[in-house]
Amino acid sequence: MLLLVTFAPIVAAILIMLGLPARTTALAASLLTLLTSVLLFLGFDSFARGFQFVFTIPISTELRLNFALGVDGLSLLMILLGAIVLLAAVWFTGEVEHHENAFYACLLLIAGGAIGAFASLNLFFFYAFHELALIPTFLLIGIWGTGNRRAAAWKVTIYLALGSVILLVGLIMLYRAVPSSARSLDLRVLQAAASAGQIAPALQSSIYLVLLIGFGILISLVPFHTWAPEAYASAPAPAAMLHAGVLKKFGLYGLLRIASPFLPDGAQHWSGLLLVLLLANIIYIGLVTIAQRRLDWMLGYSSVMHMGYIFLGIASANILGTTGAAILMFAHGLSIALLFAITGEIRKRVPSLDFDAMGGLAKQMPLAAFAFGLGAFAAIGLPGFANFAAEIMVIFGAFRNGFDYQHFHIFQWATLLALWGVVLSAVYMLRAYRRTFFGSSPEPEIAISDIRSAFRFPIALLVAVSILFGFFPQIAVQRIAPAFRNYFSATQ
Amino acid sequence: MISAPYLEVAVLVLGAIILLVESFASQLDRRFLAYAALCGLGVIFLATFFVAPQSSTVSAPFWNFYSADAISLFFKRIALATTAGVLVMMLDFAPSVLVGVPAATPQSGLGEFFTLPLFTCAGLMWMASAIDFVLIFVSLELVTISFYVLVGFTRRNPASLEAAVKYLVLSAVATGFLVYGITWIFGATGETNLQKITTVFSRPDLEQNAALFGGVLVIVALGFKIAAVPFHIWVADVYQGAPTPVTAYLSVGSKAAGFIVLLRVLEPFLILPRMRAVLVAIAVLSLIYGNLAALPQTNVKRLLAYSSIAHAGYLLVAVVSFSGRAVAFYLVAYLLMTLLSFAVLVLVSQGGGDQLESFAGLSQRSPFLAFAMLVAMASLAGVPFTAGFLGKFLVFDAAVSAHHFGLVIVAVITVGAGFYYYFKVVRAIYWDAPPSSAGKIVVSPLTRFSIIVMIAGTFLLGVYPQPIFDALR
Repeated sequence: MLLLVTFAPIVAAILIMLGLPARTTALAASLLTLLTSVLLFLGFDSFARGFQFVFTIPISTELRLNFALGVDGLSLLMILLGAIVLLAAVWFTGEVEHHENAFYACLLLIAGGAIGAFASLNLFFFYAFHELALIPTFLLIGIWGTGNRRAAAWKVTIYLALGSVILLVGLIMLYRAVPSSARSLDLRVLQAAASAGQIAPALQSSIYLVLLIGFGILISLVPFHTWAPEAYASAPAPAAMLHAGVLKKFGLYGLLRIASPFLPDGAQHWSGLLLVLLLANIIYIGLVTIAQRRLDWMLGYSSVMHMGYIFLGIASANILGTTGAAILMFAHGLSIALLFAITGEIRKRVPSLDFDAMGGLAKQMPLAAFAFGLGAFAAIGLPGFANFAAEIMVIFGAFRNGFDYQHFHIFQWATLLALWGVVLSAVYMLRAYRRTFFGSSPEPEIAISDIRSAFRFPIALLVAVSILFGFFPQIAVQRIAPAFRNYFSATQ
Repeated sequence: MISAPYLEVAVLVLGAIILLVESFASQLDRRFLAYAALCGLGVIFLATFFVAPQSSTVSAPFWNFYSADAISLFFKRIALATTAGVLVMMLDFAPSVLVGVPAATPQSGLGEFFTLPLFTCAGLMWMASAIDFVLIFVSLELVTISFYVLVGFTRRNPASLEAAVKYLVLSAVATGFLVYGITWIFGATGETNLQKITTVFSRPDLEQNAALFGGVLVIVALGFKIAAVPFHIWVADVYQGAPTPVTAYLSVGSKAAGFIVLLRVLEPFLILPRMRAVLVAIAVLSLIYGNLAALPQTNVKRLLAYSSIAHAGYLLVAVVSFSGRAVAFYLVAYLLMTLLSFAVLVLVSQGGGDQLESFAGLSQRSPFLAFAMLVAMASLAGVPFTAGFLGKFLVFDAAVSAHHFGLVIVAVITVGAGFYYYFKVVRAIYWDAPPSSAGKIVVSPLTRFSIIVMIAGTFLLGVYPQPIFDALR
């Protein structure tokens, strides 16, 4: 089943390039992926230890390389996210002006790469699947993008390629840090070696730094964030949905799966640096987001800003915080995908996404206004949405790190500062909402149609899942928390 | 079971027969000769799998020159496969040769054009087995002299003549360095056999400086062969001027043979720490210069020339990290992706030259060639699931395990730069609109087949490297 989830999008992409009808095949493949991943999610045994649905093919004994797939709660949640956003993105792709086949194939490859990376139990394939998305991203932005698309495509490609190579070096260093008897690219073997304390603390801090820079570039951690807003502003909406919603989570997933648990001393050593950077993500990028004058750039920056909270959860290094971070990754993926989808629809209808040139769209596009409003509220973290549940967990988790009743520690100060980010995000989201959908329409008024009613389904899907996990976060928590129980103590 | 030296003899005999047929059967379509050569190479390639292991009891003097171990067989296969790929390319390139050669009769000159690679191939195969400086020198000369002719083959084309002269002069200088280096090593150790040199090196009374000096001179000569900085001056002009299949041959065959000799020669020398420092310096320079100089290129052949320098850098990283496995695997990957890109280049440049513009909109003119070039560029840049990535992975792994962190940092930055210039080609293929004059490109069945084989090989080795490792054992 896991094999099916991983390869359905990739096989569909190949079939589409070979000439099958693009939209039908893409929809069928993404529906299949979603259904199978829901089945996996329901069939997951949250009381069993270790990875489930494991599938292994040995490849090279000499390199100790095997192709291994398997999931625990964390990766399962990410796969579910990938499948949901893929279906929504494919659905939201209306008419593609030229090279329709290539467009759908690129979308499917991005999603397939992300899902494959989440499902891989081997560092080699974990890395390789993620890189699968590199060329499709380059082509999607370069061919079908808007605005300054060529510069954006170059920037994102070079940035991500460089980040990936740094990450590769970090992974090789990790692989080499384990004594040769236990050396393996298999996550499970490395995990055993790490929990047996076989990686020297001095080595840990240097490896963690390399991994943090590598993953940080992929996640748009300040100061490596400059590719993200530009790329998302220029990318076609389905590509932005998948990239911001799913693919960017790869880096965070890597930190949660590899860097923090395998290198606890390294994480400890650099936690001060990470806190400073993530606060920059929240506060500085939050202010930058407020200053944006275009809807697409505002959303791009907001997605960079929200990464800060997920980092905070990861940095907290306790079960509550990391579980919160995992759910926040999921929730943010849903909300940002919805927002980019609606923005893409608006972009097709108005001459400019400048806030000054828009206004009063709610009259003409009530459905879009409603959907964008839901997405914006989710992104702010209104109670009822999954984002709220996750942010609460992250903030409590971070606050609890090293807490004593005598005085505040660095984590408590950081958490207090990070709380202000919630205010910032409310400011920019609500302002954007007001200036886009309410107020007076610009002169001369142009006739605009609402988004097609067929798009109700993907909107409903994204919102419903967010609300479901907002009211019942336990569904996710009981599956994720056991994954972290091996590494993090419940109280720290 | 076959004895290994017969393989080279077979290649030579094949070449001689084809030359004879060429001179007597004047009515024959010359392309038939190329097909015959391809079949012959195929048979010899199969024969390499039935070579009897070298028996340790035979102590004929011949085996002091010649080794038939797994590595040499492996590199013989590389030479044979490269030559076959080049011959396929030459068939597509034939019209340009006919334009470039003053012809008395139709198709005159083509026969030699198809035969010379066979002699080069025999030289490359001998180089793979050479464990004595004398045989190294002789086989190197066989390769170099046939390349002199091949590089200047289209002699009506001034660029080709310029390339030939440059190659001749600089190659002669390199040969001079090689002989001089061998003399110094012989003077210091009294031996030309590499294994005996190794034993002499472990003696305390060795004149180390003299041997080291000789070693450095040999490195200079080999640096020329593998196109490493600072012995790279000839590369860009010669690659650009030479007929495209010959460029591919130079870029793959010459480099592969250079590296096998380098691996064998360095075996005794790398115990000297100063030698390692020299190689690290050459590797760093090649990485930086090759990648940075490739960035602004607009001629695809020239771009590939600089990329060839850059890849020499990655290979040298593996060499100084003592990873023969990484070198061998990287060379196979390099063979696949370089031959693939040159094969596409030959077809595309028939219409409009080697400039990047002639690739514009290739995705609409020939989706098949566009995809082939995409795979080649992705592999050269090091995108996962291609052989190029696994090669880089092994190189990085070797460098990290040998604690060459400086080299790793340089390599990381240059890989990032590499993405830019390789993707420049991808951009031209997929983003840009084709020129209105350009029509569809016709691909012959044989070329289509060989391109498909190379694409499949690139992907297969990207996830399943085990056959290569097995062949090395």
